Amino acid sequence: MNVLKRDLQLLQSSNDVVLARQKVRLWATELRFSLVDQTKLVTAASELARNALDHGKGGAMTMEVLSMNGKSGLRLVFEDHGPGIADIEQALKDGFTTGSGMGLGLGGSKRLVNEFCIESEIGKGTKVTITRWK
Amino acid sequence: MERIPILRIGSLLLITIQLDMHDKLALQLQDDVTHRISDYGSTGVLIDISSLEIVDSFIGRTLANIAAMSRVLGAETVVVGMQPAVAITLVELGMSLPGVRTALTVEAGMDLLLTAVNEAGNESEDERSQA
Repeated sequence: MNVLKRDLQLLQSSNDVVLARQKVRLWATELRFSLVDQTKLVTAASELARNALDHGKGGAMTMEVLSMNGKSGLRLVFEDHGPGIADIEQALKDGFTTGSGMGLGLGGSKRLVNEFCIESEIGKGTKVTITRWK
Repeated sequence: MERIPILRIGSLLLITIQLDMHDKLALQLQDDVTHRISDYGSTGVLIDISSLEIVDSFIGRTLANIAAMSRVLGAETVVVGMQPAVAITLVELGMSLPGVRTALTVEAGMDLLLTAVNEAGNESEDERSQA
């Protein structure tokens, strides 16, 4: 698997979440994802960027254009140094929330992408990696 | 501070969301709509989201909140113009906007809104005549 392109977007304010959405939209368009796939990826990015901001006290999104066996994909990594998630399985369930949201962010964004990986350590932070292949 | 404009047409409020809203702007809109309804005694709210390229759980919740708060204040809400890709994504995300009236176009939304406003008006008259 090759990484063809990489960029970083800081997530420190709600305006950064908008910037993250716009960058993901731009790259997904460049990769010629279908409109529905673009929308799913941008929506998932919006949920995870907001999580990093609201629950992780800010963080960053790394974007990567991937190429594997002639297929192209977009990978997004959301990292924060917040309190971490105690029970990941519970956090992935619809309706589970510790904040003011709907509790659809994690479980919902998992349904919108092809690959979803979450790592979290209490007191250290959370890292969510999502990939959508074309 | 930037704001989403709210137009007043008689007893109705008309809102067209034409930019990628950050969360604070969405909350500001929620606040502004409730205040306008209360200031003007509006009975209906039409929200056009045809320019929105995504509706995530936060924006979805804001729309549902606006509809719920408006209802409590005596106004009906219709959300119009959702793009098909947005609808597909929103449902897959796990949100089907329960409690929010929707229509495909502004025209259909306006019909729905006027019907809803009339029905709400009749109901409250019925209650009054019963009392």
